[in-house]
Order: sequence, then C-alpha cells, then structure tokens
Amino acid sequence: MNGAVESAMRPQGRSIEDRRAQIWACLQDVMDPELDESVTELNFVTRADVDAAGRVHIEFRLPTYWCAANFSFLMADDMRRAVSRLDWVKGVSVVLGEHMYADKINAGLAEGRSFQETFGAEADGDLDDLRQTFLVKAFQRRQVALLRHLIALGQSPEQIVGLTLAELGCLPLDDTGEKLVRRYLERRAVVGSARGDAAAFVDVKGARLSTDGLAGYLSGLRRVGINAEFNGALCRGLLAARFDLETPFVPRSKAMPASPGGEQVP
Amino acid sequence: MYRTAKGEEIFVIDGHTHFWDGSPANQKNVHGKQFIDCFYAYHSNLSPPSEKWEKEKFEKYDAKTMFDDLFVTGYDDMAILQPTYLTDFYKNGFNTTERNSAMKKSHPNRFILNGAFDPRDGSKGLEELHALSEKHKLKGVKLYTAEWRGESKGYKLTDKASYQYLEAAQKLGIKNIHVHKGPTIIPLNRDAFDVADIDDVATSFQDLNFIVEHCGLPRLDDFCWIATQETNVYAGLAVALPFIHSRPGYFAHVISELLFWVGEDKILYGSDYGIWTPKWLIDKFMAFEIPADVTKETGSVLSMEAKTKILGLNAARIYGIDVEAQKKKIRAGGGYAHLPEAVHAPR
Repeated sequence: MNGAVESAMRPQGRSIEDRRAQIWACLQDVMDPELDESVTELNFVTRADVDAAGRVHIEFRLPTYWCAANFSFLMADDMRRAVSRLDWVKGVSVVLGEHMYADKINAGLAEGRSFQETFGAEADGDLDDLRQTFLVKAFQRRQVALLRHLIALGQSPEQIVGLTLAELGCLPLDDTGEKLVRRYLERRAVVGSARGDAAAFVDVKGARLSTDGLAGYLSGLRRVGINAEFNGALCRGLLAARFDLETPFVPRSKAMPASPGGEQVP
Repeated sequence: MYRTAKGEEIFVIDGHTHFWDGSPANQKNVHGKQFIDCFYAYHSNLSPPSEKWEKEKFEKYDAKTMFDDLFVTGYDDMAILQPTYLTDFYKNGFNTTERNSAMKKSHPNRFILNGAFDPRDGSKGLEELHALSEKHKLKGVKLYTAEWRGESKGYKLTDKASYQYLEAAQKLGIKNIHVHKGPTIIPLNRDAFDVADIDDVATSFQDLNFIVEHCGLPRLDDFCWIATQETNVYAGLAVALPFIHSRPGYFAHVISELLFWVGEDKILYGSDYGIWTPKWLIDKFMAFEIPADVTKETGSVLSMEAKTKILGLNAARIYGIDVEAQKKKIRAGGGYAHLPEAVHAPR
C-alpha cells in the first residue's frame, strides 16, 4: 500500500508493475456497498492489468450468479471511478464474469451508461437511495466499532459524547484504534456536517449522542454490525465454494515480485 | 423425535423442507443450472465435511432418501413442505406443490403441505389458489416476493394485488404466510431483501402469521426491528442455523439477537432440506449454549424450554398440531420403531 503511494509520487519509474500496484491500491478502497468491505479483501477482483498506453483492464466475480444487479453495477462503476483518478490512466474497462446479467452489465459499463440506462424499464431508478441506505448502515457499523473500542479503553460516556471531530482525530490511539477512527471519519459526513468543531458522535439524523442514552443506543445498533458480519461470512463462504478457492487468491501485485510473463491487456 | 440424556422427548417440526428436482434433465436453461449450483454452494460451504453430498444426489433425491434423512436418521417428527415453482428455469418446475403432494400422500402424518401463490397471476391465480386450497386443505403458503416473472422482477406484499390474495388466503383458512426474505432469486435493482412490506401487512392482517424465512438475512437488522413491533411476525431459522457448525460465534450472535428482539415463542426451526439435513443441525443445536460474553451483552439465554419451542412447539401452535395426539399417530404407524426402546414408552 505504502509502496504504491510512494511510487505514485515518484515522477519516474512508472513501470507496469508500479502502475499495477497503484491500481490495486485504488481498488482496495472500493467497498461492497452491502458488506462495507473492500472488494479486494473479499477476493472479488481477479485481474487488474494495464497496457503500455495506460489503459486499465479489471475483471471481477461475485459469490453467486444471482447477486443483485444493482450492487454489481455499483461496484463496477466505483472501481472505474477509483482507478480513473490516477493521472496516467487513459481508459478503464471493467468486466463482470459469470453473472446472470453479466452481458448486460458489461455492455452498459463499456458504453459508459448508467444503471438506469443499462436496464431501462426494468430498473426503478432508485440506485441513489439504495446507495444512501447502505452508506448509513456503514456509518452505523463503523461508529459502533469505534465506540466500543473507546469504551474498552476506559473512556467515559461523558468524554466520548463531548468529543469534537478535531479532538477525535487527535486522540492518542494504537494502530487498531487509528484504523477505526479513519474508517469512521470516512463515513461521518454521510449523516451531517463533518467540520472540525462538530460533535464527533452523532446519530443518523446528525444529533449529538447523549451521555445517558449511550448504552441503549449501542445495543440498538448492535444488530447492524452482526448483520453485516454474518453477510460477509456468507458471501466469503459462497465465493470460496463457487470457485473452489482451495488457496486464497493472491493479487498479482502482491505475488512474487518481477514475475515474468504477467498478462497484459492486448 | 429428539430424546435428551435425561429421557425427555422433544417433538420436532421442520418448518422448511423441499422435495425438488434440479437435475440436468429437468433444467430448462442456464439459469436452472446456476440455481441448483448456487444451492449446492450453500450446501458445500456450510455443511460439515461428513455431511456433504455428491452433486448428483443433491440435484435430485428420491422420496425414500428424503423420508430417511428427515425421520429415521434425522430427528424430525413432522416436516412442512415448502414449494418453489421456478417454472421459468425448470421444465416441470423445481419443487411444486404437486410434486410435494406425492410425499404428503405417502406419509400423511408426517408432512404438512404448503401451497404458493403469486399476486401477479391476477384473477386466474386467485381461482387456482381456491382450487389448490380445496384440494390440499392448505394451512400455509410460501411466497417469493423477489421471483422473476416475465418482465416483472419482483413484487411487494403491499401491492394492491397482494392484498387481494392475502384476503383470499384469510377466507380460505390459510393462516401461515411464509415469506422468503433472504438470499434470493434474481433481485435486479429493487431492494428485494427489504422487509418493510412485512410490517405493513402484519398490521393489516392480524389473523395471519407471517413467517419471515431466513429471518430476513441479509437484512436481519431491519427484520428484528419489525418483528419486535408486530405480534404475528415469526423468524424462520433456515440458512441461519447451519452457521452453528462453521461459524458458531456468528450463530451465537444471531440467535441471541433473535431471542432478544423476536423472542423464543416466535422462532421456528427449519433445515431447508435438501440443502442441509436435520440430524447434524439438531445435534449441534441441542448441544449449543450462547457464550457468556454474548449473554452478558444481550441477556439472551437459549434454555431447554426455548429449544423445545423453537424445534417444534411454536410451529405446532401456529399449524394447529396437537403434539400428543400426533405422537400417538406416528407411533401407531411404526414411526418410532427405529428408536431405542425407552423412547416408545409414553411418558
């Protein structure tokens, strides 16, 4: 990950291998909207390559033939957007394999159409609402994880609900804690102002949590986290069974360095 | 019949079983192949290795195999046959009421035969529901709100047509509406897993019971919230239960949430046979205890009483089964002949 960032900042030396690593680093930040886990960590991405002209080719697959078409489309679109941010990228193709709607989705993606345009009358056009629903769930899940961590460290409810976002960012925490803060902050803006002087911990309507209500609030949200973890386990298991993943899939960038004969986009 | 170490007899009603034909000969198209392949992935992923079937057996098993797996090797006393038509994917359908009725006919004391309807079938469908109900004396139906039907990619229970069908069901005495809200068939873009429509109809149809199959997974969180507000909403454990083997930690969390929100009187055991088999599911379930740290958090305890309700008494209540009378019938038919002697003795 850090290697990718460093090489991105180096003006020279943008070898194919460097670029490939940058692509994987971008894809790592693309989430399955329902599971709120990275598409690379979920083993969805099977290929990420680049040719000499800077054209990127990504292939991915999902745990079942029936995975919701809208989520599939969303992930593909997010992958394309994420990779397009790299300044050297001249084009991105994303291809979904072995799916009920693979042909339709792939054609839509290739032509740069929206989900609604791709599916026409069959789509309800409410993809944005759905995306928002899952962003809120992700916010809740990440918030609960962070709150639990802070409570376990001995922070009192008064201290926790009194924090501003700026103060949260400055808390001295270990690596786990820092990661939880980072993940939480990535979704904090979903529910309201994320300025430094805003309350760090708010509910989905943007209201600051109360000291007295914190325990009840946490137990109410517990089921959101459990649901997501359960789904994550199910999806990983189905993917492994479907593609007979005896050994974990190793992204090419993380495999043996300088392995010859790496495939490239023709 | 499950018998505890102390000799207590637990009457088991399996809330979710199928007698399907997913064989290549019956497949109409690639979707039919992918459908049974997907079921097989669920089976292979979550079954203990010793319980894993060959693909061929999984695609199509015969009536005797099913009977033995449920009632001889397994602990089921009775099983509810839930149909899954899928006539767009399979020449003769995947698991129709008609196909299931052969099982019921051979073993009338063992099976409860459920029907199905689809509100998109209009007035013709209503007539068919009347006929089906008359023929089989239905007490329950299984619905797939996410099922693909021509141009339509699913429906909601709140649709006007759904209301007409639910009204008809109520009149016909079909009290138990099993709704598949869970890993589903071809959800396109509508959020096919959404359980909000259950909330609405459960309020409107107080005399009906709504059993949310797979307890709303992958929307367990929303489902728990709804079920706690409605007295006639139940959780079917199929798909959640097999995690007891591969991910007992997750199962502990799920069952404790269900006990906390839904309550032990409204949870129904289901094997989802032939995806999983009752023997190992119930052995593990009976041996299962919620770990102390989870209980500390939720206050939920999976007591022997709760297990008894989940395994059979809850389903007996909503299906109007007199457990003692049913045991007598099964015993008289030799249904417990394979059990150790002590079990025969009436308590």
